[in-house]
Amino acid sequence: MGCGRVGATLATWLDADGHDVTVLDIRPDAFKRLPPEFKGRRHAGNAIDQDVLARVGLRQADAFVAVTQGDNRNVMATQMAKHLFGVRRTLCRIYDPIREEIYRDLGLETISPTLVGAQLLKDLLDKQLVVADGEAEG
Amino acid sequence: MYIIVVGAGKVGYYLAKELLEAPEGHEVLIIELDAAKVERVTQELGDIALRGDGCEAATMEKAGYGRADMVIAVTGDDEDNLVVCQVAKAKFSVPRTVARINNPKNETIFKQLGIDTTVSATAAILAQIEQELPIHGLIQLLSLKGGGLEIVEVKVPQRASVVGKRIGELLLPQQSLITLIVDSDGTPRVPSNETIIRAEDQVVAVTRRESEDALRAALTNSSSPAAPGR
Repeated sequence: MGCGRVGATLATWLDADGHDVTVLDIRPDAFKRLPPEFKGRRHAGNAIDQDVLARVGLRQADAFVAVTQGDNRNVMATQMAKHLFGVRRTLCRIYDPIREEIYRDLGLETISPTLVGAQLLKDLLDKQLVVADGEAEG
Repeated sequence: MYIIVVGAGKVGYYLAKELLEAPEGHEVLIIELDAAKVERVTQELGDIALRGDGCEAATMEKAGYGRADMVIAVTGDDEDNLVVCQVAKAKFSVPRTVARINNPKNETIFKQLGIDTTVSATAAILAQIEQELPIHGLIQLLSLKGGGLEIVEVKVPQRASVVGKRIGELLLPQQSLITLIVDSDGTPRVPSNETIIRAEDQVVAVTRRESEDALRAALTNSSSPAAPGR
């Protein structure tokens, strides 16, 4: 759910791995991000509408990933996938680290790109500083 | 009571106004992202608006969710109303949360996710319009808290098989109870087993949600409904 840069890339990878993939986005022009070789289904519709989720066959899905720009949309859709449609594996992107922590405590599988990104940058910076210190000493 | 209203659109604005004017003397705070709406509230209702995102922890701290007796989320987006109420409960232990829902189908999932009360304007308007339509259907009047029971209204058609029968001899679904009958001339009657159903009666009944269709069929079908189990 969500065919932005992350959603389109993930869908393309999963498709290339041989999975049966459906991409859902509220704006039909978002599917332009998918490469021509993408073999999965594209579905334009509102993913926090349970009728839409039923129509794309969510009940048969093995996994559901929510990566729209809206934290709250992701949270709501993931909970619907889990509790209404019984999808076993779900993943929910939440930019806001505090909201992410709350929903992790409530039992959702969540990821905050804010924290992950900041951590990566910090690790890289630390490494550069260590190298610089080493050069200064040597 | 300290009541936090999230969303200062038409619903939030008039709700806050009513709450402020109530004799109980509530303390009310409105949270709204849009500066123009915050400005309007401040001008019309006084210094009761806080500008910010009602589901962001920093705003919630500032608003004092921790001491709120009730949080009412009435923005135009169901997903925002859901998250406001869930976070209010999970992080701030707010005792009572109320969410406005725009898509009536979201009622079930909101209840399942722990929202205490949902209010659907769409469903309310639909029910009222249905009451005006000349069809002999069943109208939901009210959902009772917990237990899956609801109060519904059915108008008995002229040719219904129940016309002229006593309530005691009707085959109604389990846990369905006729609680009030309003005659075609508007007179209300408290029914007993001996009460005779007449054409054009408005029947108000308590039933289980899953029995709605069976109840409607029992009260409106022209031919005798098949006996259960056949």
